[in-house]
Amino acid sequence: MNLKANNISFSYNKKREILKDVSLSLNSNQIIGLIGDSGSGKSTLCKILAGYITNYDGDVTIDGKKIPDKDFYPVQLIFQHPEKTMNPKWKMEKVLTESWNPPQNLKDMFGLKDNWLTRWPNELSGGELQRFSILRALNPKTKFIIADEISTMLDALTQVQIWEALINYSKANNIGILAVSHDIELLEVLCDDILHFEDINNL
Amino acid sequence: MSEMPWYNKGLFSSLNLRQKTLLTIGLTALVLFIVFISGMMIDANLPTNFSIKMQGPSFEHIFGTDWMGRDMFIRTIKGLSLSIVIGLGASIISSIIATILAFIASFNKYCDTFVSWLIDLFASIPHILLIMMISIGLGKGAFGVIMAVAFSHWVNLTRVLRAEVLQIKTSEYVALSSKFGRSKLWIAKEHILPLVLSQIFVGTLLVFPHAIMHESSVTFLGFGLSPHEPAIGIILSESMSYLAMGAWWLAFFPGASLLIVVLLFDIIGDNLKRLFDPSEANN
Repeated sequence: MNLKANNISFSYNKKREILKDVSLSLNSNQIIGLIGDSGSGKSTLCKILAGYITNYDGDVTIDGKKIPDKDFYPVQLIFQHPEKTMNPKWKMEKVLTESWNPPQNLKDMFGLKDNWLTRWPNELSGGELQRFSILRALNPKTKFIIADEISTMLDALTQVQIWEALINYSKANNIGILAVSHDIELLEVLCDDILHFEDINNL
Repeated sequence: MSEMPWYNKGLFSSLNLRQKTLLTIGLTALVLFIVFISGMMIDANLPTNFSIKMQGPSFEHIFGTDWMGRDMFIRTIKGLSLSIVIGLGASIISSIIATILAFIASFNKYCDTFVSWLIDLFASIPHILLIMMISIGLGKGAFGVIMAVAFSHWVNLTRVLRAEVLQIKTSEYVALSSKFGRSKLWIAKEHILPLVLSQIFVGTLLVFPHAIMHESSVTFLGFGLSPHEPAIGIILSESMSYLAMGAWWLAFFPGASLLIVVLLFDIIGDNLKRLFDPSEANN
């Protein structure tokens, strides 16, 4: 499968354009890194790819077809701040199963402990929460993952563990990953190819 | 070592905060329930006995007696249970209206404009006028007063809930939920409702004193309950003509009891809020 963004332009207000004719292609067997300065519009591009922003110019397609909006969205965005993506009044069990019920071996792979499931989101740390939000995004219906700075708040050891688990799973299940980060060293280790945001954005 | 707070000493020191909260709610609800039930069982037509009229508080009549020789304690309990019924009915109905309108407002831009317009419309009419009109329109009596108070007190709660729902609706977890393929209705039920539930509870309990106050004021003006119904509002307005004669107990005890009932509802509200809010659960 192939996720394609064609000539995407977007601006939050009329005065300043933030994305201009951005094109991007991602295959399901690929891991592509995206690097760029703060405030350059990386996250905006991620939101467009994952269907959170809809009033943009250009189009995003999977295998040349428009992505249906009603059902489970095949392009899943993993946010930088996991605590914001969880309902504070839900137990972690419900947070996780809102998407799907992952098998035990997958939970083990991400180091998810069973007693975390009965806690509230504010009783877990950012790193622990991020494992949940990654696992949520690994629903069988997911075809592509946009990882927007998902490991910035983690220590080096956890970073390696989580990325390894994520990459293993997506290689086995043919999920394409777009990894967005400031950290060029990290992307060089992880990715097949690295894009510089300034190069693809024709401003 | 800092001194132990009073609630960690003595009889209840072995309980944790959750148990204490539940205990408080239980006891408070029990008191209100007893007042309510005993008031319901009292016959409204108390016997009059002019030989004991206008007596001050004594062991026989702890709240004193009125100008017809009726026991004020019994009248007060009867009046309180009536106030509880009216207050509860009005608060619950107005909270339901507020919740429904807040969710309608979150549906789309036009619904939001409509609800905002409705809020402004109702907020611009003086409460007491609105209550009088609705009460008369529905034929006065308890039903008329409940409906009148309910239909004039949803405004504040709706305003709060609308803002709250709007904020939750723009949160990342709601956006994510719809990307997981969840429907709008599911999100409203599972995501938004639990988050505004404590607001609704608090709002309901905040309406409660207003409901009783407005009930008694329209009754005082003659547009609410009929004078033979022993509501607290009626007792208080009747006592006005005897206050100058020094019959302070006619107003003091019913008024104080009403205050206590309102406070008890407030305690239940506060404790329920603590129970429902997990971010305060560990405090």
